[in-house]
Amino acid sequence: MSTLIEADNLEKIYRRGNEDVNALNGISFRIEKGEIVTIVGPSGSGKTTLVNILGCLDNPTRGKLTLDGEAIFKDGLELTESELTEIRRKYFGYIFQKFFLIPTLTVRENILLPSVFQKRFKANDKYLQDVLELLGIEKRGDFLPKEISGGELQRVAIARALINNPKILIADEPTGNLDSKRSEEIKELLLELNKINGLSIILVTHNPELAKIGSKTLTILDGKLSRQG
Amino acid sequence: MNIMQVAGKNLRRRKVRTAFTIIGIALSSWVLVTLLGFNKGYEASLNKDIDDMGFQIVLTAKGCPYEAATLMLKGGTGLRYMEEDVVKSVYEAGEVDEVTPMLMHAEFDPNKGENGGTTVYLGIDPATYPHMKPYNQFAQGDWFKSGEKEKEVVLGYEAAELEQREAGDTFLIGEDEYLVTGVLKRSGTQDDGMIFLPLSTAQSVFDKSGKITMLGIKLDKDADIPAFEEELYKLPDVQVVSMAQVKNTIMSLVTSAKVIVMSIVVIAFAIAMFGVLNTVLMSVFERYQEIGILKSMGAMPFDIFKMVLFETTILCGIGGIIGVSFAILISGASEFAIRYFIPFAPTGGLIQISTNLAVISVAAIIAIGLLGGIYPALRAAAIRPLSAIRSEE
Ligand SMILES: Nc1ncnc2c1ncn2[C@@H]1O[C@H](COP(=O)(O)OP(=O)(O)O)[C@@H](O)[C@H]1O
Ligand SMILES: [Mg+2]
Repeated sequence: MSTLIEADNLEKIYRRGNEDVNALNGISFRIEKGEIVTIVGPSGSGKTTLVNILGCLDNPTRGKLTLDGEAIFKDGLELTESELTEIRRKYFGYIFQKFFLIPTLTVRENILLPSVFQKRFKANDKYLQDVLELLGIEKRGDFLPKEISGGELQRVAIARALINNPKILIADEPTGNLDSKRSEEIKELLLELNKINGLSIILVTHNPELAKIGSKTLTILDGKLSRQG
Repeated sequence: MNIMQVAGKNLRRRKVRTAFTIIGIALSSWVLVTLLGFNKGYEASLNKDIDDMGFQIVLTAKGCPYEAATLMLKGGTGLRYMEEDVVKSVYEAGEVDEVTPMLMHAEFDPNKGENGGTTVYLGIDPATYPHMKPYNQFAQGDWFKSGEKEKEVVLGYEAAELEQREAGDTFLIGEDEYLVTGVLKRSGTQDDGMIFLPLSTAQSVFDKSGKITMLGIKLDKDADIPAFEEELYKLPDVQVVSMAQVKNTIMSLVTSAKVIVMSIVVIAFAIAMFGVLNTVLMSVFERYQEIGILKSMGAMPFDIFKMVLFETTILCGIGGIIGVSFAILISGASEFAIRYFIPFAPTGGLIQISTNLAVISVAAIIAIGLLGGIYPALRAAAIRPLSAIRSEE
């Protein structure tokens, strides 16, 4: 296996008024291609901050990040919004705790939305159909978000994250709003995605069951990596 | 799916707000296109009216009012006379095609209307006048049957109504009985209130033999009008009124009215623009998270900028098209209203909205809307994906 992500001494300092918040205090690790990595830790420990930086939604304050051999963040050099967007288009799909679907668009349109903004990978009808079937929502394509259930909404959000054929799926507490049965389904789904497509997954979760699917679990405490394994 | 379609669907989210914004834009475009169309139509029909007069220049005695309206205001006084043989000098002055002499006579009639009124008679030359004013159309009958010296009259539309006379009836001037040979159709000009009789008859009955009040002059097609006017100014005791001057005077009156109206249009547009700005800005703030998510999913700042501007374009395009169509649809009614407010209304269509004007107006409305959309679009483009995702926590 080759290395997909290499984080080297990542630091993030937020400024809140006059006060500096050290959300990440030098975190280093590697993630291999096709790996599922879970991130756990108490609330406020810096998990979201970490995945936002890994997912190029934000610049770190210091540290290095390499994606698939490409140096992304180098000490102190901030990337612009457009540069970050380019990288996100190339590598990532995201799922959040909240689904953020657009109420006036149908399920199909919501899923296709990310493909509107880029040309690198254009999902064709077959690809879309495969994704819908994989997620068991092929009969929901023409429904509006308000017409489907919570579990289905999360699947739509996952389908949307997959539509640009990302290399890495970042999921920040994707089951936080779902009951245990739905969480179980999502877990199966993530395993399947990993197995079929070799998709690398970075999963933040509070759910110990879900955390087990990782071939590696990073435990974060006060912005530091307290355990890896 | 493309960004434009996404933008279109965004507008459906708040249907009532979208509808009100569109109505606002439609109203201001209605006002704009009606006023622009009015200006064009007014000038065109004024030109036509002036061409219809059949003569480009009117010669009157110095200090003599040439308009019936002025005459009525003065209670029928103030008429002055020229000798008939001024015609000769006029022919000598240049490339004259034809002239037609007229004798106007106004009489105060205490029995007319509630407080009395002025009856205006116009003695005309049966040989020249009718074909120099070919646009005169008859509701009944025709011009004088036997020409010179006969006791015959033609009534303007309103004069006939007032006197309750039809073609074939007799009409009294003083003690004398006249035959009504025809009644003109309504023309919207001063002719409506006029009583026409043969010039020679008028001269004898009003005791003005050899005199005229006006001389209508028609020049050769390619005559040099200003040069001819110069020649006429050399004649003693006459006043030259050229239709071009009349037109300019009226147009300048209308123009000053238009300036006021245009400032109202500008204000209406400013309001519409801020309406657009407000609507779009509100919808941007409402979609703060959503836009952040779009950006996390790969939308560039410029994509979001475009999306918001598309929304503005759609709003303004629909509003503009509705407003302009509405303006075209009810231009008849608008015209009716406008006639009440302007000093001199020509007879033709006052409001002319050409395809060109309609297209240009819609384009202008969209341009103004885009201006109003720039700020919200910039705000939307600047939303950071992260703050949007965080703001929910
Ligand atoms: N935008 C921000 N500005 C200031 N402080 C922040 C910001 N985002 C997160 N933090 C702080 O950073 C720390 C880590 O937050 P977060 O990464 O959200 O933790 P977790 O996801 O593990 O709950 C917390 O103390 C949080 O309050
Ligand atoms: Mg978190």
